[in-house]
Amino acid sequence: MKMKLVVTIVSVLLVTAFFASACAAGGGDTIKIGINAEITGDKPKVGEQSKFAAEMYVKEINEAGGIDVGGKNYKLELVIEDNNATAEGSAGAANKLISQDNILAMVGPNPSNAAVPAGEVANNLETPMISPWSTNPNTTLNRPWVFRTPFLDPFQGPVVANFASAKFNATTACVLFDIASDYPKGLADNFKEAWEKLHGAGSVAKFESFTTGDQDFSAQLTSIKSSGCEVLFTPQYYQEVPLIVSQAKDLGMDIPIMGSDSWGDPQLLELCGSDCEGAFFSTHYVANGATGATKDFIDKYNAAYNYIPGDVAALTWDSMMIVTQAIKNCGTITGNLTEDRTCVRDGMAKIKDFDGITGNMTFDAQGDPIKCAVIVEIQNSEFIAFDSACP
Amino acid sequence: MTLDFFIQNFINAMQWGSFLALIAVGYTLVYGVLLLINFAHGDIFMVGAYTGYFIGTFLTNNFEIKLPFDLPSWVVIPVTIVATMFITALVGVAIERIAYRPLRNRGAHRLYLVITALMFGLLLEYGNLALLGASDRQFPNLFDKIIYSIGGITVTNIKIYVILLSFLSMGILWWIVQKTRWGMAMRAISYDRLAVPLMGISVDQIILFTFVLGSSMAALAGIMYGTAFPILRFNMGMLVGWQAFIAAVVGGIGSIRGAMVGGYILGFTQIFVAAFLPSTYRDLIAFVVLLLILAIKPTGLFGVPRRTKV
Repeated sequence: MKMKLVVTIVSVLLVTAFFASACAAGGGDTIKIGINAEITGDKPKVGEQSKFAAEMYVKEINEAGGIDVGGKNYKLELVIEDNNATAEGSAGAANKLISQDNILAMVGPNPSNAAVPAGEVANNLETPMISPWSTNPNTTLNRPWVFRTPFLDPFQGPVVANFASAKFNATTACVLFDIASDYPKGLADNFKEAWEKLHGAGSVAKFESFTTGDQDFSAQLTSIKSSGCEVLFTPQYYQEVPLIVSQAKDLGMDIPIMGSDSWGDPQLLELCGSDCEGAFFSTHYVANGATGATKDFIDKYNAAYNYIPGDVAALTWDSMMIVTQAIKNCGTITGNLTEDRTCVRDGMAKIKDFDGITGNMTFDAQGDPIKCAVIVEIQNSEFIAFDSACP
Repeated sequence: MTLDFFIQNFINAMQWGSFLALIAVGYTLVYGVLLLINFAHGDIFMVGAYTGYFIGTFLTNNFEIKLPFDLPSWVVIPVTIVATMFITALVGVAIERIAYRPLRNRGAHRLYLVITALMFGLLLEYGNLALLGASDRQFPNLFDKIIYSIGGITVTNIKIYVILLSFLSMGILWWIVQKTRWGMAMRAISYDRLAVPLMGISVDQIILFTFVLGSSMAALAGIMYGTAFPILRFNMGMLVGWQAFIAAVVGGIGSIRGAMVGGYILGFTQIFVAAFLPSTYRDLIAFVVLLLILAIKPTGLFGVPRRTKV
């Protein structure tokens, strides 16, 4: 009995080792791109869309014969690692992708709480990284190896503040955000700063916080209600927004609620139901009414996976395009990882007037794109483009 | 601060405290009988919420398999509650049979049981993740939500049900433990585990009964939690479970009254700190308060110090 168990374990280990070595050996004319995604954890839908979009992109490129770098054809290969949507998970995944899987460039992680620590790892190990979704400035700040596809929170905060002041004719605002997560916290600060610049100090009547995993927001919302502010800004993810919005309604609040690009997830509509009707948020792209390459992407994605992709899918697609463009800019692939990684980084920094499906972008010195934001309204359980704001 | 503001937060705290109390009582029951901290209890609560989700979605005809007719809500609600309690109780009993009893029968130290409990909690969590996927689920609308406003105070019928149901079930539980023969046997085991079998009472049966009680309370809490906060996630039991465990310890683990009082104390401090002080300090201050209570009364408010018998 015991002998049998030992034999089983040893054979399983041998088989795993065989496959692992087979994978490592399969170099040749392929370029490895790492995907650092939130497959498990509290934002699985984000990771899923990112993964699907990347896989779709690679499939399309490879079916068309791969990419041409300096007269030689290369196929793309994805190495996907789960980062569990946590800081430790994303740093671990980045380490593994860079040191063990020998990827040329890394796409992801998406949310800022994961992208900030992973950016540190990528920068230290001198590997180009591009985050499709992280809008917190710290992700790329003073990190020459780290880039991103979306706009930044210091841009998004004022966009929301300007829109809310004009649209709702509001002078006082309240904010409710998760203090334990990089993205909501950073954006809440940016919004507060922008709002106070518009309406003077103290015009943000309540600046309430909670911590990741909380589901009861009644105390914070009661304070917000009693402060009498005219608009509530909550830069949260799809797992908190429905709870916040419905609990606000339960407390008899009728002030408009505004969100940020983290709202732009199809699951938000599913989980929120009628409660989110009429809410506004700022984001990168809108599927509804899209044209040209953006529409092609949405149709292809919908055909393959049976739902309309959210912004993170579109941004991942753009990130993959940017990585490919950077490799092409590079000119030659030598096979020496250190040289190639440096070359791809330089190629990425050179990108100008890149025409992506989420808009036109040029990288600034910090590795951040300069691009426009869209304001979306939720109508009949759909995201409808309402307005846009450019820097 | 107006009176409205205070009363509104009082109601908020009553709801949150009710959840903590309902879950805390499950820790307390098992501890009272077995002296085992059943760390899997938070995840049994999660199983209860998911079971309620599946039964509720099925009965309200929102599931993939459809019933040929629509059921009225006075059928759906009791059937969902009873069936969920039954299935969750089975899960609790299964854990006791698979994980705890074999260890106990071999005379393993209590420490190993606690570690097994932790492990089983994680097993339930990640089993859920593997089987059902990582997407969040929306709990079905069992109750039509009605919002009542009196002056500046707003209450939903769901909040009222949560509070009433928690008091009612605590009452029933207290009655079972204090007034029935099964309850008497439970108390007897916690007094003297060795003497009980000599009286012709099956210890294993009483332990099973304890798990049935604790798990069905967790199931009830799961359904009400899902109704109040309709987004289910595989790890939802962890954070609430820990908070409820702390509530049980503060109340004096082993005492039903203690679990209830502990749940409300934690609920009230969390809500009122968030309401009157910057909400960032909520958990810091709430747990400092609990720590102070424990420093003054290490066995909890209603706990009795146990002497180790040789």
